[in-house]
Amino acid sequence: MSDVVIRAEGLGKQYRLGEIGTGTLSHDLNRWWARVRGRPDPLVKVTETGRSFRKNRMPDLDSASCEDTVWALKEVSFEVRKGEALGIIGRNGAGKSTLLKILSRITAPTTGRVKINGRIASLLEVGTGFHPELTGRENLFLNGAILGMTRAETAAKFDEIVDFSGCERFIDTPVKRYSSGMYVRLAFAVAAHLEPEILIVDEVLAVGDGEFQKKCLGKMQDVAGHGRTVLFVSHNMSAVSKLCNRGLLLQNGTVLFGGEIASAISCYTDQGRKIPSRLEYEDMHQAPGDHIARLKSVELLDGEGRAVSLIDIRKPVTVEIKYWHLDHRECPTAILHFKDELNNTLLATNEFNAKEWKDVHRAAGLITARCHVPGNLFAEGRIIVLLAINSYNPSMSHVYEDDAISFEVVDHSVGDGVRGPVTGPWPGLMRPWLNWETQRA
Amino acid sequence: MKPIEKQVPESEAWSLILRPDAGWWDLHLGDLWRYRDLVTLFVRRDFIAQFKQTVLGPAWFVLQPLLTTAMFTVVFGNIARISTDGLPKILFYLPGNILWGCFAGCLSSTSDTFIANAYLFGKVYFPRLSVPVSVTLSQLLKLGLQFLFFLPFLAYYSITETGIRLTWAAALLPALVLILAALSLGTGLLISSMTTKYRDLRFLVQFGIQLAMYTTTVIYPLGAIQGGKARYFILANPMTPVIETFRYGFLGKGVFSWWHLGYSALVAALLLLVGTVVFTRVERTFMDTV
Repeated sequence: MSDVVIRAEGLGKQYRLGEIGTGTLSHDLNRWWARVRGRPDPLVKVTETGRSFRKNRMPDLDSASCEDTVWALKEVSFEVRKGEALGIIGRNGAGKSTLLKILSRITAPTTGRVKINGRIASLLEVGTGFHPELTGRENLFLNGAILGMTRAETAAKFDEIVDFSGCERFIDTPVKRYSSGMYVRLAFAVAAHLEPEILIVDEVLAVGDGEFQKKCLGKMQDVAGHGRTVLFVSHNMSAVSKLCNRGLLLQNGTVLFGGEIASAISCYTDQGRKIPSRLEYEDMHQAPGDHIARLKSVELLDGEGRAVSLIDIRKPVTVEIKYWHLDHRECPTAILHFKDELNNTLLATNEFNAKEWKDVHRAAGLITARCHVPGNLFAEGRIIVLLAINSYNPSMSHVYEDDAISFEVVDHSVGDGVRGPVTGPWPGLMRPWLNWETQRA
Repeated sequence: MKPIEKQVPESEAWSLILRPDAGWWDLHLGDLWRYRDLVTLFVRRDFIAQFKQTVLGPAWFVLQPLLTTAMFTVVFGNIARISTDGLPKILFYLPGNILWGCFAGCLSSTSDTFIANAYLFGKVYFPRLSVPVSVTLSQLLKLGLQFLFFLPFLAYYSITETGIRLTWAAALLPALVLILAALSLGTGLLISSMTTKYRDLRFLVQFGIQLAMYTTTVIYPLGAIQGGKARYFILANPMTPVIETFRYGFLGKGVFSWWHLGYSALVAALLLLVGTVVFTRVERTFMDTV
């Protein structure tokens, strides 16, 4: 038997737009009665030209017309192998939730099929089905059963679950008296002790404090590490890249990319504000610039000189700019601004910091300028690079590319980064490594 | 929009295939069995949650039919002077109230399955049937308690009054309970499937249950209805033979007929079957419409 545990073939899901049905029984009965007598539909408005259209754009129940429907997913095919952690990513409305709903059997697909091998548990939310009047103990069993555990399985893990939640003292108190933190902890403890072969997780990580997120992530890494399969949907690229080894990028209901997680994330990043991770102009005459300088290319290189779009927060990276220097009397110089997603300029740097070029008139030709960005400088997230080529005395701007390239910084650090062992949110727009000195006074 | 079928070697055993068009008979009853612990936990939850923070607790189970019976005794017995077949009024009304109360409770809560649980159903998969089944089971448990409560009344009146006798038909009690359960569950499943689209049915159900009681023999004996059409109308309600058989079995009064009971059983079985099939069909996509 192959080790494919999920195979989706040509999956599609169609939703009707507007109101579902006609809302009331009487309308449908009216329509049915008219059909029985062979009369035209009484709820169809007929225009003077004889063209008919539905009142309030209500969908025709008999022949779902194309204008009133939307495909939330279309022709989605993919495979997941045993032990893989698949990150499902995409912008809002890309179809992630719909795919998740189909996989967790909340709704059926309109076309295609999914074949699944193994027990599935989906965690679209923690604490589903908790009853406020019941005690922690009762809810624990009930929630376990809803998530697919038998009574015996829950009982066997009872102590472990209670221990994990840290709610021992309140286990026989109705959960309506719990603080919201305790409530979430207990709920997550149950979910964490599920032992499915396939675990589907939605953005539960988005709720709860740092401590909780850490526990949640750790537990999921555990699951993935034990040869079981995890499907994880999130907007948090950092969490996705930490947890998953493969990615499925959805766009408008179709698969845009499926494969290595790093490529999937860079694909996702590029797709966003349409800012690529590299920019290149083949033809000098088409390139932005003037008679003094024209931009050829700008790209991001890692330590080994490979083009990248996703960088580890600890690793240095190089921004390489190539431009044509066309007039030897002028002294153009490249400028980089690193900005965050909210367009805050984090820092600006200028090629004239390179000693070899400072105030030296160089010969015209193709120039390659490299800016070495050390590791442990930016905070995690997306960095957008503004590129300009200017010359001074007199000041002139030759090239100005506001959103030239962008890249994603992810934090994979395991105690060796700026954040040390802390896994919660780390404040600051930048995350430089500063030298500390301590001594006994 | 037909996807290209890839030929997959049949040797690959999949534990689950999700597809758009499951067969009508694909009822996942095996799933329901696998989640039987969930069903029992739902029953427990219903019981516990219902009476937390109430003073009388489970006593409400018996107070409900008792108060209704007292009301019927005054209004229909003493004021309207409707025949009670020569039986003490309390003893006549109580079984009818208990049985009809169970049917009504079951029907009104199962018919709300999809709407009341839409939130839960939208978040996690478990066999949807486990909700109405557990509701029915907890109503049956309640019925059992009420039946136990009925026995002392039966004992008291059989000593003080003459003409009350247990007949062999009392042994049909399990069958009566089954018919009652199947009837209410089947109807509830059908209605809950339709309410996902037609919300107005919810109001109709609440109102309809009240009216339907008058077409059964809860407040009058079937023997008192001799007019042909009215009698058929009353017998058409499949709950009528259930109540009549119960009275005949435990009180010795009432109309018993295998035909009547057989008709009830047939209707119950059909409703349960159709209800389950429709429910299973609707549950696949109801999240898109609810």
